Amino acid sequence: MEPIVLAPPAPGKVEDLKRRFFATPLQALVSLICLAIMVFLAWKLLDWAIFSAVFTVTGGPEACQAAAGACWSVIAARWRIILFGLYPFEEQWRSALACVTVVVMTVLSCIPAFWTGRRIALVWGAGAALFYGLMKGGVLGLPYVGEEAWGGLALTLFIFVTTCLIGFPLAICLALLRRSELPWISRTTGLIIDGVRSLPLISILFTFAIVLPFALPQWLVGDKLYRVIVGSALFFSAYQAEIVRGGMQGVPAGQEEAAMALGMSYWQRIGRIVLPQAMRNALPATINQFVISFKETSLVVIVGFFEILASGNAAYGTGEWRFAYVEVYAFIAFIYFIFVFSLSRYGAFLERRMAVGER
Amino acid sequence: MVSLLRNQKVRNALLQLLYVGSLAALVLAGFVIARRNLAEQGISSGFDFLYKSTGWDVNFSLLPATANDPYWWFFLIGIINTLFLGTVGLILATIVGTIVGLARTSSNELAQLLGRTYVDIFRNIPLILQVFFWYALITHLPAPRAAHEAWGFLLTSRGLYVPIPNVGGVAMALAMLAVIAAMALPIWLGRTSRLSQPVGQRSAIQLAGAAVALVGAILVLMIGRLPDAPLLDFPALQGLNLRGGLRIPPEFSALAIAIAIYGGSYIAEIVRGGFKAVGKGQMEAALSLGLSPWRVFTLVRLPLALRAMLPILANQYVWLMKATTMGIAVGFTDFFMIVALAINHSGQTLEAIGILMAGFLAINLSLAAIFNRINKAIALKGNQLRG
Repeated sequence: MEPIVLAPPAPGKVEDLKRRFFATPLQALVSLICLAIMVFLAWKLLDWAIFSAVFTVTGGPEACQAAAGACWSVIAARWRIILFGLYPFEEQWRSALACVTVVVMTVLSCIPAFWTGRRIALVWGAGAALFYGLMKGGVLGLPYVGEEAWGGLALTLFIFVTTCLIGFPLAICLALLRRSELPWISRTTGLIIDGVRSLPLISILFTFAIVLPFALPQWLVGDKLYRVIVGSALFFSAYQAEIVRGGMQGVPAGQEEAAMALGMSYWQRIGRIVLPQAMRNALPATINQFVISFKETSLVVIVGFFEILASGNAAYGTGEWRFAYVEVYAFIAFIYFIFVFSLSRYGAFLERRMAVGER
Repeated sequence: MVSLLRNQKVRNALLQLLYVGSLAALVLAGFVIARRNLAEQGISSGFDFLYKSTGWDVNFSLLPATANDPYWWFFLIGIINTLFLGTVGLILATIVGTIVGLARTSSNELAQLLGRTYVDIFRNIPLILQVFFWYALITHLPAPRAAHEAWGFLLTSRGLYVPIPNVGGVAMALAMLAVIAAMALPIWLGRTSRLSQPVGQRSAIQLAGAAVALVGAILVLMIGRLPDAPLLDFPALQGLNLRGGLRIPPEFSALAIAIAIYGGSYIAEIVRGGFKAVGKGQMEAALSLGLSPWRVFTLVRLPLALRAMLPILANQYVWLMKATTMGIAVGFTDFFMIVALAINHSGQTLEAIGILMAGFLAINLSLAAIFNRINKAIALKGNQLRG
């Protein structure tokens, strides 16, 4: 005989709303205030961004300035500058394609099937090479475009990708050196990591862009872009090294001892036992670090690069569009938001997914 | 020789020597090359330049500054500007973060939604973009002649003008101290064991303490008041310019607003995490003891949440201090911008970079020391520590 279970009576829609939002007078007051704020902000925003906004270029800046709402014409007129910077006009499809490459690469590396060291290295290596080839040209009949002409979103993505590509292996090296049993090695590495972490990123970028040429022999100076990338990779790796180290501390000591008992060499132990488990522990924090470092690529504007923020400044800074700065910044903020928000949502999803296994 | 290399100890020593030695050699080589390159440009190394006058000016300073002042004085101004902006940003961000974080942990779903939207939007836009945005917004405000005016405050493209009391500098500082005492005294009176009243029944004494301090502040202001001037100095238009009042330059306000909003979204998450870490049983126990909801909050929930969030908050504050270096993007003369200017004008690259590193190291270490002390003071002690 199955016991008969009676479900509690389902509350009606009105009772449910009442219980959730108007349980006590105070709750009702808070609900009403919040609702009022939300409706007011949403209405203002929609009115500004859509209902009273101007979308076409035909009227020119004057008609646009007279409108009560947003002037999206500035984006329609200047989107190429914002996205591609000073890249030659006829070749801008290459820049767009390069950006798509980065997006595809990022999406691929979010799929668990690619989470082996070799596959992830392959995806990022091939992606970066494709990006570089597309942007720089000089091969397969593509005209050559030097780094000084790169700009906009493509430059932002290039700095981000190369920072991660150099920074990640460097971070693992630093983490391994820091947990070395030899006191001088671990202490010196700790000093480097903590020193870099205590400095603001801007000062490191500034040092690498402007000061370092004095301290390097002529043949090593190279392009400013690559020096800045090295600086930003160093900064990234100092933070990421601590994350990797945290992940390694989460691996039970028995794992490494068992590997040792099996007679595995140091590199086998690290590569096959410790690192895979450590990376799993460190994954949520790693994604968070990627998110932060993507946002921080915007700082290169200070050492004079024409990335998306600088090209946005240029898009409204000259002549007739001077008044339309809000729209330009909103557009750039929206681009950053799409990248950063989806990455951080993905990180939150991963964290939940991993928590399931540990319950 | 080969047998010596087989010896583990010798090998370890050699390995360490190689690692540290090559790093040191790298740094030393860079240093030597830089000195030679700079010498070729006629720049002598050494810290003598600290005593030369700069020949350029800063646009924001809490201390008197002219172009005749020496470099060390400018570096000091930079550090004070950084600390000032950092402290203002830190306080504002904490206020914003606490409000948004409380909204996110509240039982009201609409408030939660509002808080989450705020965090999602402002956390995902780079700080420097927000700095640029606020700076553009403020500098596009109307010129002084057409300023927005409200209660004696003036909003113009040259900054925010606020009325200030016509009071001498010393009296002002003393009054500030008295106001801080008025806030700190009740807290101390509530906790000290030197009073005979039991803790929890001291509200009258606490009120009296605060009142005495506040009255003291007002008295000091009255005494220190400048002769034959109105109590408040209002900004007003004179010709094409504004006179009187205190001007808060657009660079400073843009940075402070951006840091408050961006940092606030991070602190909101820390606050939320702190409150989530408080065990439900603790609150239920407090409620079952018959404490009112307000006292449950102030006596149980808040202290426990604070203890959970303080270490993370300390990291966030250190980060906020470093974020003041964005000042260079809009031309606020913080420590980093002064160093950059000094390098441009004097060419003393290595020395200035060394000063920059030492300065930030000192700021970070002292912040960390302060928070460690606070952390120790509120951490679980002795037999409170039970598993």
